[in-house]
Amino acid sequence: MKTALYRAMLRIRMVEEEIARRYPEQQMRCPVHLSIGQEAPAAAFGLALSADDRAMSTHRSHAHYLGKGGDLEKMIAELYGKSTGCCGGRGGSMHLSDERAGFLASTAIVGNSIPVGVGVALAQQLRGESALTCVFLGDGATEEGAFYEAANFAALRHLPVLFVCENNLYSVYSPLSKRQPAERDLCTLARALGVPAEQVDGNDAQAVLAVAQRAAAEIRAGGGPRFIECMTYRWREHCGPHFDDDLGYRPTGELAAWQDRDPLPRLAAELALTDTDRQAMIAEIGAEIDRAFELALAAPYPDESTVFDAIYRTELSS
Amino acid sequence: MSRDSTIHAAQAINEALHLAMAQDERVLKFGLGVDDPKAIFNTTAGLQQRFGPARVFDTPTSENGMTGIAIGAALAGMRPVMCHQRLDFFLLAMDQLVNNAAKWHYTFGRAVPLTIRLIMGRGWGQGPTHSQNLQAWFAHVPGLKVVMPSNAADAKGLLLSSIFDDDPVVFLEHRWLHFAQGEVPEGDVRVPLGRAAVRQSGDAVTIVAASYMVVEALHACRALEQIGIHCELIDLRTVKPIDWDTVFASVRRTGRLLALDTGAATGSIAGEIVARVGMDCWGALKAAPARLALPDCPEPTSYGLTRQFYPGAEEIVQCIGKMLGLSRLPLEFLPQRHSHHDVPGVWFSGPF
Ligand SMILES: Cc1ncc(C[n+]2csc(CCOP(=O)(O)OP(=O)(O)O)c2C)c(N)n1
Ligand SMILES: [Mg+2]
Repeated sequence: MKTALYRAMLRIRMVEEEIARRYPEQQMRCPVHLSIGQEAPAAAFGLALSADDRAMSTHRSHAHYLGKGGDLEKMIAELYGKSTGCCGGRGGSMHLSDERAGFLASTAIVGNSIPVGVGVALAQQLRGESALTCVFLGDGATEEGAFYEAANFAALRHLPVLFVCENNLYSVYSPLSKRQPAERDLCTLARALGVPAEQVDGNDAQAVLAVAQRAAAEIRAGGGPRFIECMTYRWREHCGPHFDDDLGYRPTGELAAWQDRDPLPRLAAELALTDTDRQAMIAEIGAEIDRAFELALAAPYPDESTVFDAIYRTELSS
Repeated sequence: MSRDSTIHAAQAINEALHLAMAQDERVLKFGLGVDDPKAIFNTTAGLQQRFGPARVFDTPTSENGMTGIAIGAALAGMRPVMCHQRLDFFLLAMDQLVNNAAKWHYTFGRAVPLTIRLIMGRGWGQGPTHSQNLQAWFAHVPGLKVVMPSNAADAKGLLLSSIFDDDPVVFLEHRWLHFAQGEVPEGDVRVPLGRAAVRQSGDAVTIVAASYMVVEALHACRALEQIGIHCELIDLRTVKPIDWDTVFASVRRTGRLLALDTGAATGSIAGEIVARVGMDCWGALKAAPARLALPDCPEPTSYGLTRQFYPGAEEIVQCIGKMLGLSRLPLEFLPQRHSHHDVPGVWFSGPF
């Protein structure tokens, strides 16, 4: 399990790094929000969930999609707007989906996938399924009314929802201090809504995995929703491939301090992973990534004559 | 402090905000990112430094609540100017806008001097939820005024008028027009709301447009001129209220109408123009009115699916050619595109 956890994080890191490296080639023509530095929650929750569990995410969803088992080739093709993409090029980076893997969708409006995830959990409960729905959200999304309304309903109906908040301290360039009162943390907020909550070091992959497994088990046992706040940090710019610390919106040294707490070497050390093993993993994942990019680049754009197809399930007669 | 006579629309907006805030201390400026390093595409640059964090501030990611808060502040004597980096994000606040801002004056006799700046995205894979042009939604709501500048001078002059207007104004900025350069007068030079501008005079066809479609229409007009066809181009500037006098007077002279829209065709402003012209200028029409708008389809993200998605100068020329029965279309006189279809210029490299 621990090796799988490391591998999942490494794979996310390598995919995101490759997107960042290739983005300036201007072939991925859509906004991209990378999760470099925040891989641990996506990897850990991905492992803690079972295949029938569902997940929903946000604008920053590559990691969650991959963690849940989403198809890499289809994701990369989607970023390139190709017909082989997971949404056939209609959605781009901010709209990923892989139903087969239980990754229902990510959406681009802050907070707007939260109630949808709760609705999926409602259906799971009504059908008597043992599966749960994992709703990924950012710290900024907790400021939207949709979060309160959805969490309230999830608590009211004891729905099988796992809210996973990646608190990376920022919403775009805005630090939490400009957006929320310092004396009230997110877990207190969730508890006040009736959702048991727990904070975890989001860069300690093993700790996140333990919390994720426990929370998932409690939900499956009929315990109702849980809210897990993972403290973590985005290394690169909010949107796009570059580092942007030169802009000065984050205190000097903050990024470096978080980079010192990189979840990857930390877990590698805990695992006593040998360099040879690590290199083998890198080679294997690297080959998989290269192939995904090659395929995406070679794939055709969707046929333009299909652009107006499938606006409705039942086509309107004109 | 003087500057070049020609500036970008983004800078013109910034100038209007500085002028309004300096002139009237009731003017507040808030929204996600107003004080961040990118300063809403530079439109809010320097405001917080100059007017302080009490009047210029970043907000929580809470569009609906913050809009209600702006309405309350407006009722209590402030003049808030909010902004959102995409119109799509503001949709969370439709309740406050429609059920409060638009209704208070009619119901309670209390003015709501609120300006809401919304930026409408286009290109670079903005996709289904970062590119919507929903001006018709706002225009449909009695009690709201809706402004859509097409150039730098109007961006400044119309924004000043919006801020000092006593009613709620939705001020729609097309993202590509932030880069539009033009002569902009210095100082508090306002452009009145509700008055259209005739950008090009002619007798062949009346083209009615707003916002970015004015730019495409100008290219089309210039190409058509090369073969002796002179169109009249009306820039609405405000789509609620519409300057019907100017529209009707022109159509009565030309006898032909082409209405353009940056939004989806069904229920569009362009549809409203066609309807009213049909009703009020029926006797003057020599041809069926036409409309060019976006397809009734969500915008796809893919580069490959957006190539034909947006009607532009070429489609305008084709439409007018059909209306006039032209045997030859002056397509060779349209400006050559040097960049990809999904960017405003070669220098644009994403992501927003
Ligand atoms: C309703 C809405 N408001 C604003 C935005 C613009 N926006 C995109 S991502 C983002 C940051 C959200 O912060 P957070 O939830 O903490 O997620 P993070 O980017 O840090 O992962 C914002 C404000 C949006 N997409 N939708
Ligand atoms: Mg955040």
